[in-house]
Amino acid sequence: MRAVDAIMESLKAEGVDVVFGIPGGANLPTYDALYDAGIRHVLCRHEQGAGHAAEGFAKATGRVGVALATSGPGATNLVTAIADAVMDSVPTVFLTGQVRTDLMGTDGFQEADITGITLPIVKHSFQVADPREIPERLHEAFHIARSGRPGPVLVDIPQDLSRADINYEPSDAIALPGYRPTTDGNVKQIRLAAKALANARRPVIYAGGGVINAEGSEELRELCASDRFPVTCTLMGLGAFPAPHDQWLGMLGMHGTRAANYAMDEADLICCIGARFDDRITGKLSEFAPRAKFIHIDIDPAEISKNVPAHIPIVGDAKLIVSKLTREYRALETDSSRLDGWWERIQAWRERHPLGYTDSEDSEIKPQYMVEAMFEATDGQAIITSDVGQHQMWAAQYYHFCRPRQWINSGGLGTMGFGLPSALGAQIGCPDQTVVCLAGDGSLQMNSQELATCVAEKIPVKIFLMNNGFLGMVRQWQELFWDKRYSQVDMGTLPDWVKLAEAYGATGMRATEKGTLVEQMREALATDGPVVLDVQVTKEENCYPMIPAGAAARDMVG
Amino acid sequence: MGEPGTSEVMNLEDLEAASGFRTGRRHILSIVVENKPGVLARIAGLFARRGFNIESLAVGPTDDPAISRVTLTVDGGLHPIDQVTKQLHKLINVIKIRDLEPEDTVARELALFKVSVDDQARDQVMQFAEIFRGTVVDVSRRSMTIEITGTDEKIAAFEKMVRPLGLIELVRTGEIAVARGRSAT
Ligand SMILES: Cc1ncc(C[n+]2csc(CCOP(=O)(O)OP(=O)(O)O)c2C)c(N)n1
Ligand SMILES: [Mg+2]
Repeated sequence: MRAVDAIMESLKAEGVDVVFGIPGGANLPTYDALYDAGIRHVLCRHEQGAGHAAEGFAKATGRVGVALATSGPGATNLVTAIADAVMDSVPTVFLTGQVRTDLMGTDGFQEADITGITLPIVKHSFQVADPREIPERLHEAFHIARSGRPGPVLVDIPQDLSRADINYEPSDAIALPGYRPTTDGNVKQIRLAAKALANARRPVIYAGGGVINAEGSEELRELCASDRFPVTCTLMGLGAFPAPHDQWLGMLGMHGTRAANYAMDEADLICCIGARFDDRITGKLSEFAPRAKFIHIDIDPAEISKNVPAHIPIVGDAKLIVSKLTREYRALETDSSRLDGWWERIQAWRERHPLGYTDSEDSEIKPQYMVEAMFEATDGQAIITSDVGQHQMWAAQYYHFCRPRQWINSGGLGTMGFGLPSALGAQIGCPDQTVVCLAGDGSLQMNSQELATCVAEKIPVKIFLMNNGFLGMVRQWQELFWDKRYSQVDMGTLPDWVKLAEAYGATGMRATEKGTLVEQMREALATDGPVVLDVQVTKEENCYPMIPAGAAARDMVG
Repeated sequence: MGEPGTSEVMNLEDLEAASGFRTGRRHILSIVVENKPGVLARIAGLFARRGFNIESLAVGPTDDPAISRVTLTVDGGLHPIDQVTKQLHKLINVIKIRDLEPEDTVARELALFKVSVDDQARDQVMQFAEIFRGTVVDVSRRSMTIEITGTDEKIAAFEKMVRPLGLIELVRTGEIAVARGRSAT
């Protein structure tokens, strides 16, 4: 059969039933095979959109997301999505067409060295040199993307090779002698961790996106139920532990709660599960959690002791390790009254510094209120995707996520324009759920073309636009740290979002009054097809509390 | 330390942190890789991206054509070697890494010194070459090329001798190394 038909068979063998992409010269043969392969193709309007859609699909379902692009500009348009996927460990496979082998290296039309360009931002990549190896390479690509610490794998296929006639045999061989992720976790270390937890007087469990990737949220809940451990999550970990819960401290880090950050600061033992001590968490590294010993559980050994030296490193799968840790801990039958004093202290922080804002006295919509209204209108159950900026942080603070994979955002790379395409992918992965994209007015303009995709493919995402007329997060920094010299943050004339939605064939709505916001949101949610709800909020509101860049947790402001 | 199932717990103060930090010495990393296109670019790219500096690098085939060996030296005073090796391990094509202990390692490098000479200096250079067990591999009326094989220190010492005479150029292969004794590196 044609190599491209073998690609389709390989994709189906990996369980792929939907791909996102845009055709072009170098992947014409692939698109010919796709024509009647029985795999759904979602034609995006920009390859970056296709890449983020694949990520949104993967984050919402836990399955590998797939995006296709042609050579040259098609492939380079994927770059931001690939970088985003590597930073947030998203299982994705990117299939790019390449110019014919006889043109490679000659600056042929639409030639770009995409394997070279993406070398620092892929988990791995393959350039096919022999069409007969296509089934094996694709099988390995999916295996690498979804196992160990998940990530993006690029497979670049020259156009002429994709037309070759080959014998397709399903591949289940993995010839990767250098790739054997550790999953089990060292038993002695796990025991040591259980004992350390049992002896801690001021412990904190600090969980990240790794728990969600490992499908370990149940196990995390079990661990926390085995005693009264305080729990906090990173931006990527939200939903791994249910927000409405007495042991929940809120998110930690730059825009986290005081209770979470102060608890980290005073902890004697921090148990980090599937997180990586990013600078947005630690603030000033030398003053981070000065009294704490660290247990660090991660599937990626390179994360352990990268930023903060671990006292008890445990490499492996978070789900397996946390369930063993819970068993070991329960066996110690520890007296939980030793945590009474710690909880009194935490309770005092919670009471003195709850998250809050001053609501408007008139009908003006405060951005924080907008998120609260979203929570109410969706009964806290929607899948929320987000762009990057203040709105993202307010969503993390005020939408209380109760389950894993409910919160989809770009954390590591912080990619504006992630929200809409990832919502589209999430909606395709979870057709029975409500998917809301909380967009920023700056960010939405970076990928608004995907509204056309939503309309054409009947993908009913609801876009709730937090319209503050500014590149708000940058404006906030200019206000606080640069003497309010507002340099290029005022968006000036924005598009008329209602008309823009209508021009695309979607429904457009506008909200300007606090009193009717929840009702309008409900109306938007009840409307068929994609909807843009332009919510006009306070223009210059700041997101608090915050740890100024480079400061320590106890120096939170606001 | 108690057994599981007992309530004996450990003292947090007794825990020691695993160090991810500077060792302060030079490390020779012997890396076994799959002989696949782009492997060297992946390794070099990783060093560039993480801000690690390669002091010397040598690549060559092994007895198995599917496998190559990369030997590179890194300054453990500047870089956390533990991080360097862990990041290298994440490259899918890297099969094995050995951080060779200096006492248990035989390391060699080959260097070619091209020195400018007149009649008087020629004798002197030949004498140095003999002392360093070097070989004269090319002679012209106004230059000489000497091959020196040895450790980093030996090459540096020879350089110190001939530089004042007029060193035209110095080309080095980068160090290669094997572990001492019977076991494979
Ligand atoms: C692609 C990209 N370009 C620039 C930035 C820098 N940046 C971070 S937040 C931000 C402002 C975002 O504005 P908007 O989408 O309106 O969100 P708001 O902060 O106003 O809620 C900018 C420009 C970024 N994160 N991503
Ligand atoms: Mg804005």
